[in-house]
Amino acid sequence: MRNITTLKLCLSVASALILPFGAFGQGEQPPAAKPASHMESHIGNLTGHSEQGRELYFRYCWGCHGPHGDGNGENAPYLNILPRNFVAATFKCRSTPTGTLPTDEDLFNSVKRGFNFTNMPSWLALTDQERANLVAFIKTYSPRWVTEKAGTPITVPTEPKLTIESIKHGGELFQKLECWKCHGQEGRGDGPSASTLTDSNDQPIRPYNFTSDNRSKCGRTNQDLYKIFMTGLDGTPMPSFADVVKPEDAWDLVHYLRTLQYNNPSPELTLWESTPEGKAIVAAKQVKETSTGSGIKP
Amino acid sequence: MEIKRVVFVGAVMLAASTLALAGPDPRPAGGTISGKVSYEGTPAKMKPIDMSKEPSCAKMYTTPPIAESVVTGPGNVLADVVVYISAGAPDDAAPSTAAVFTQKGCRYIPHVLAFQVNQELKIVNEDQTSHNIHPLPKLNREWNKSQPPGTPPIIEKYDKAEFIPVKCNVHPWMHGNFAVMKNSHYAITGDNGTFTLPNLPPGKYTVTAWQESYGDQSQDVTISGGETKSITFTFKAKPY
Repeated sequence: MRNITTLKLCLSVASALILPFGAFGQGEQPPAAKPASHMESHIGNLTGHSEQGRELYFRYCWGCHGPHGDGNGENAPYLNILPRNFVAATFKCRSTPTGTLPTDEDLFNSVKRGFNFTNMPSWLALTDQERANLVAFIKTYSPRWVTEKAGTPITVPTEPKLTIESIKHGGELFQKLECWKCHGQEGRGDGPSASTLTDSNDQPIRPYNFTSDNRSKCGRTNQDLYKIFMTGLDGTPMPSFADVVKPEDAWDLVHYLRTLQYNNPSPELTLWESTPEGKAIVAAKQVKETSTGSGIKP
Repeated sequence: MEIKRVVFVGAVMLAASTLALAGPDPRPAGGTISGKVSYEGTPAKMKPIDMSKEPSCAKMYTTPPIAESVVTGPGNVLADVVVYISAGAPDDAAPSTAAVFTQKGCRYIPHVLAFQVNQELKIVNEDQTSHNIHPLPKLNREWNKSQPPGTPPIIEKYDKAEFIPVKCNVHPWMHGNFAVMKNSHYAITGDNGTFTLPNLPPGKYTVTAWQESYGDQSQDVTISGGETKSITFTFKAKPY
């Protein structure tokens, strides 16, 4: 009697232990990789440590980016462009190809520079070491930093000489690559597809308006502009043109795009306006003063 | 003595057959799971697509095409349903042929493309307009590439099994799906709603049917030899 009871007990315990595992082993996805609890960042000679970054994050960052790093901070409901979700680890401003992780330097530069036209400020107030520590810390939010290496940064060739031909060729590319479908013919962000654009979370998003400023999302320089369309802004409708635009053509496009920023002086705009054709085009864009203001373009 | 010999021969035969079955099964024959996917209720009416913002595509249609989130066939069946073995079969190496996804007439052909983990995916633009290919995975990496007309195919692959919606940001009506599969046992229903999963060695399998609007359903099926087991899936149609 005792033997049978013991046997029954053993069998029931054994089956209780084995069956759940059996159900798991029936082919569900293996458990997802976990993020690392300790990460380092390497920017030049600087090494950042996530342990030191944690303290800074919970002082400066979590209000927007959230305690779980997923962009759901208490400020997030008030923000139009939502804070970056570090758990998803899809980043806009990179030097690496679309679909790959940014380098530590990309993240460091993003924290330092901030993101133009968003609520992400420039963190020049922190030291380089503090920013490096923060970069290391945000890498503890996503398992992608464990399972993948950062992409290989694209090569940005030296900017060639600025010429009228370069600007004109850039204009041809702007038409051929159909940038105007979203950005509009004058780059005002009013193209035929602009109003239907959604980001990867199905939230409405507007394309960049070149006429508003000479800063772009990822910086102020020509190199920043080059990288935007040669790596794409991941997580947004802005694709990468790296496979379809040659580097020298890319520079022509950068030169042309600067002439769309007619409110901001630049060598490109000055050169463009020195030609009769360029001068006429730029003049047509500018606000004309009328007594009633009816000539003002939106 | 006789009994011992019988036992011995029996043991040898058992050992031989075990050895034969131990490695990858070279026999092409096996059991089959086949069936049909139906719906009950009234599916949402699919609206015609307004392509007036892209005249180069709009002119390819005499009547505007309709949206493809739910594709039905005669007899209340569902097309474009991915039916696959979600458990019970080992992972398979990817075939060497590429899975091709075509943009034509500002739509994706096929609307649902099934292929395997690490299988080459080849994306082609046959239109006169630029498209951007923007798959939206949650497990795999998200990328977004522009593909103007006349440019070479985009070659990519995915390393995790997942159902991935695909869109073009320039043309907001364009929707497609990638079904990245772990093994080679999958099928997509056509207009008659039927599917066949052949070449299944004996075993206990979980068969899952996935439709992009209605979600997925699973059933367990046991194959003991070369038989054909027939199953049906019935989805509840959503009115919206």
